[in-house]
Amino acid sequence: MALDVGGKSVETDEEGYLENRDEWTQEIAEAIAVSENLEMSDSHWEVVNFLREYYEEYQIAPAVRVLTKAIGKKLGKDKGNSKYLYELYPYGPAKQACKIAGLPKPTGCV
Amino acid sequence: MAAKFDTPKLFENIEIIDTPKYEADTMAHSSPFVAKAKHNEPIGFPGELVDNWEEKAVFRLGELVDGSRALRTFLDSCVKCGACADKCHYFLGTKDPKNMPVARQDLLRSIYRRYYTFAGKYFPKLVGARDMDKSVMDEWYSYFHQCSQCRRCSVFCPYGIDTAEISMAARDIMDTVGKGQKYSNEILGKLHTIGNNLGLPEKALANTLEELEEEVEEDTGFAVKFPLDVKGADVLLITPSADFFAEPHIDGLIGYGKVFHQAGISWTLSSYASEAANFSMFIGSSDNLKKVAERIRDAARELGVKRIIVGECGHAWRVAYSFWNTLVGPFDFLDPRYPAPQHIVEFTHDLIQRGGLNLDKEANDHRRITFHDSCNVARASRMGNIPGGQFILPRELITASANNFFDMSPETIHENTFCCGGGGGLLTDDLLELRIKGAMPRMQALKQVVDEHQVNTMVAICAICKAQFNKALPAYQFPMSMITSLHHVVGDAIQLGTKD
Repeated sequence: MALDVGGKSVETDEEGYLENRDEWTQEIAEAIAVSENLEMSDSHWEVVNFLREYYEEYQIAPAVRVLTKAIGKKLGKDKGNSKYLYELYPYGPAKQACKIAGLPKPTGCV
Repeated sequence: MAAKFDTPKLFENIEIIDTPKYEADTMAHSSPFVAKAKHNEPIGFPGELVDNWEEKAVFRLGELVDGSRALRTFLDSCVKCGACADKCHYFLGTKDPKNMPVARQDLLRSIYRRYYTFAGKYFPKLVGARDMDKSVMDEWYSYFHQCSQCRRCSVFCPYGIDTAEISMAARDIMDTVGKGQKYSNEILGKLHTIGNNLGLPEKALANTLEELEEEVEEDTGFAVKFPLDVKGADVLLITPSADFFAEPHIDGLIGYGKVFHQAGISWTLSSYASEAANFSMFIGSSDNLKKVAERIRDAARELGVKRIIVGECGHAWRVAYSFWNTLVGPFDFLDPRYPAPQHIVEFTHDLIQRGGLNLDKEANDHRRITFHDSCNVARASRMGNIPGGQFILPRELITASANNFFDMSPETIHENTFCCGGGGGLLTDDLLELRIKGAMPRMQALKQVVDEHQVNTMVAICAICKAQFNKALPAYQFPMSMITSLHHVVGDAIQLGTKD
């Protein structure tokens, strides 16, 4: 599969996850978000940026509690929970936000 | 995102699950993503569909029936009595008659008859035998990925035919000729190289556990530890990697930690064997089954532990309880005073019996709880040293930790339990329609206890069930937060600091 972004074709897998993480740009993220019926707000970006930073260091997306804790520290305790993350990413913060962040889909019993 | 589909309606007042009138081919379109060479080759299968695959598939089937008397008997002995017809959750939820267990078996039985029985070789039409060709393979790929290998049908079969064995054989044959399923095969590759289904590397696992220790100490005021790679610990805990990563799984992990903390027993996780799951069983691959199990035995040896305890994972417990010893045993290097392996539920139950835990039931008074028996625990293993221990022990953990417990209808629990809808390698987004429809019987039984007893919590002891209910509950208008881990409930009741 391929995603068309600004006239350029970007390879994705069957579900729309980027085949090549290095190709990721903010523009591509916006385009994936549109295909997910999401509009990227600053709050959405907070999550995506954290995921990318974490991946850079640990080669995997953060566990949900690591993510909620980090978001809670940054944006206040009332936002450090998965309810808030599901409001931003209704299909599940791990999978939907990873897709937009250009990271591989978490696999397993999750 | 999956295409749009209608979630089945739940009935208002029913005591039992009604058998639907069938509707042909409602799920003929359902088929998971096919594995690519990068998923197949690392686990020992051809990258793509091989030349002469028809011949090779038939040959592999011959090897399997020669190697398993059980499989041959299952294929020979069906008398079409119909006892299984309305027992599959996927049939009940989709109405597709090919999801009747007997029809699913016949997809493979028709090929077995054609090539391996006298009648089928000479009079194929008379005995429903057919040639192996592309339409058969397409049908196999679709409908053998609509079986969660939950074995509910086999409970009702007068001949004890186990559809799961047939479904595993079909998937083995498909993998052998290069037509694997992406979800299971990709995961197995990660397990072989990184040590868990998620692909969670050691550094990330260590970081996750450190963060968890901080969080639990902040919440409780007690330094509950989640140790990693501690040589000489008494216990090695083998738990599904979802317990590190997802909700509500992680609340179970926190619960295990609290149990070990209060019991004062030294324990450790392993970064080399950081997964209880063994999806090799789902694809019927004995070579992979063994290779995955070896990691766990080797980690236990290397760390010098005395006991191995398995966390909340359904099929892992079947593999551990029923297969480990013959696959990678003997486990004679462990302390013979303890069961090897031991389930975390057995471990916690034993502690409670001996007064090793201080539990405050009132801590769970906001919960009205029911228990979902997971297929592989219920129908393929046991716990404790009493018949039916796998049903009794988890319920006794709940009633020791909480005041409000209500079982669902008898034909939907214990050995009659309905699959969550996502077991057997089907917990993947590309099968979401099947998963939601297949969850219908369990959701129907849940609705009954919600209506009658205001149940607000469903407890499970399987990572697949927990993740599946995260998706199924909202589809049926229940809150996602209803599903949680058994050791979440236990952990919330433990009065930390009262036994130090």
